[in-house]
Amino acid sequence: MKDMTFSTLIAVFEEIFGRGLFWAMVAVAAVVTLAYLYVLIRDRAVSWRKFLLAQLSMPVGAVAAVIFVQAVTHSGFEDIGGPIDVIVLLAVAVVGAIGMAILVYTAQSLLTGRRSAE
Amino acid sequence: MVDRRDFLKLAALGATAGMATGTQAAPQPDPVETTARIVIIGAGAAGTALANRLVRRLDGAQITLIDPRRDHLYQPGLSLVATGLKPAGYVVSKTTDWLPDGVDLIPDRVAAVDPEAKTVATEGGEVLDYDWLVVAPGLVLDHDAIEGFSLDLVGRDGIGALYAGPDYAAKTWEAAGRFTEEGGVGIFTRPATEMKCAGAPLKHTFLIDDIAKRHGAAREVVYAAPQGSLFGVPIVAEKVRMLFEDRGIDTMMQSTLVAVEPGAKRATFRTETGLEERDYDYLHVIPPQRAPDFVVQSGLAWADKWVDQGWAEVDMHNLRHLRYPEIFALGDVAGVPKGKTAASVKWQVPVVEDHLVAAIEGKEGTGYYDGYTSCPLITRVGRAMLVEFDYHNNLTPSFPGVIAPLEELWISWLMKEVALKATYNAMLRGRA
Repeated sequence: MKDMTFSTLIAVFEEIFGRGLFWAMVAVAAVVTLAYLYVLIRDRAVSWRKFLLAQLSMPVGAVAAVIFVQAVTHSGFEDIGGPIDVIVLLAVAVVGAIGMAILVYTAQSLLTGRRSAE
Repeated sequence: MVDRRDFLKLAALGATAGMATGTQAAPQPDPVETTARIVIIGAGAAGTALANRLVRRLDGAQITLIDPRRDHLYQPGLSLVATGLKPAGYVVSKTTDWLPDGVDLIPDRVAAVDPEAKTVATEGGEVLDYDWLVVAPGLVLDHDAIEGFSLDLVGRDGIGALYAGPDYAAKTWEAAGRFTEEGGVGIFTRPATEMKCAGAPLKHTFLIDDIAKRHGAAREVVYAAPQGSLFGVPIVAEKVRMLFEDRGIDTMMQSTLVAVEPGAKRATFRTETGLEERDYDYLHVIPPQRAPDFVVQSGLAWADKWVDQGWAEVDMHNLRHLRYPEIFALGDVAGVPKGKTAASVKWQVPVVEDHLVAAIEGKEGTGYYDGYTSCPLITRVGRAMLVEFDYHNNLTPSFPGVIAPLEELWISWLMKEVALKATYNAMLRGRA
């Protein structure tokens, strides 16, 4: 790859998803992240109960992310060919798990409001 | 409730999700003021990418592209269309979608270039003067060179020809798809001439064999090539030989497809010992490939190399014409030893941009192209080898120690499936 700069990377992602969808996804990720920070600051504490459910959702997010990537790329576990493939697979799973945990935690906090967090 | 440390840990978790790298793009130099007339023949991958870069580098230049095709084709995707993995529309967009503002597009075919008078004539009778000319019309598929073959056969009687365009690639899958279910003898050819993406005949062989295997079809798969080796780069050829042995794929080397009898499903090959006939159930045809006629007729081709093919006579390191310094050639038409691929174009375009802009400023360019090209050599659905090499047959891996060039990897397949078209499109826009 020649001249792999941040702007190249952005250009590639824009092309993968389309400019509109890519920036919409960035916006959604940013909104969820901000909402997450908002509930953390609002509640000034992490609710163990919500965090537990968020943690429990992590494997679901991990598996969903892996299956999503495999489905859109016509591939499966039997195509893992070397160490880098295992790393990529784990990275996909980790991203899915973290994303799901944040989403579940934030959704719970926003839906149930501050009081029931106690 | 959790304590403060857990709170911070969780906050860090959230921050990770929204993290972005802060690397800055390299600053662009100030545009060069000029009134130069630049004509680019061809609005394919090379012509379009160069036009997008030149409008950013030059202020006041008059840039004109000449290309008769309304559709822009993402040719690296044809292999995927011909194996049913993507629809024909996957490779098609509009030529005008990619062109920058401020350039002219003449939708016509070039009839002749007069390099002495510095003019380009179109078939429609228009004559353009140029100060700088970039020849990037691609190449011509010579289907007539194969006796008995015509494009209307594609998709019927077990004949495929994926190079011929998106619709023919889709029809190729109609014929190939039947073979993957019913089995029989599949023969996969390549021409004796230079060709676009020398890995594509191998990819088609590997993919069709793999899909047939998944269907449990009894089959004999034969790779027939006029050359003596399976790939131009010896270390890759050896790896492909091992993979063919592993998959049970037979080879017919030094065998050139010269004739097809579609009714009888029989192909004729010219071999060292004479003509040899082979019956097939599926035949994949890749015809001989040549430069467009005007390149030879206008005196731009090599006189002593590739005389039957007519590639433009350029310096292999800066793509500048050896006899007409105001002419460059880019992409498939360039008479250089390696690489008629989009990856080559991606590396050639900045070199031509550099030399062209420097020449306009009255300076010497410093860009140097050493033949880099790359081929995500698909070896089955779900795996590929990311093969990258240069003029010297050296492997030039982009990710040494991470993505091994001669390993069949999932990540290399992911790149081909997901990231390659995106990178290609970014290249068209002059952003990669």
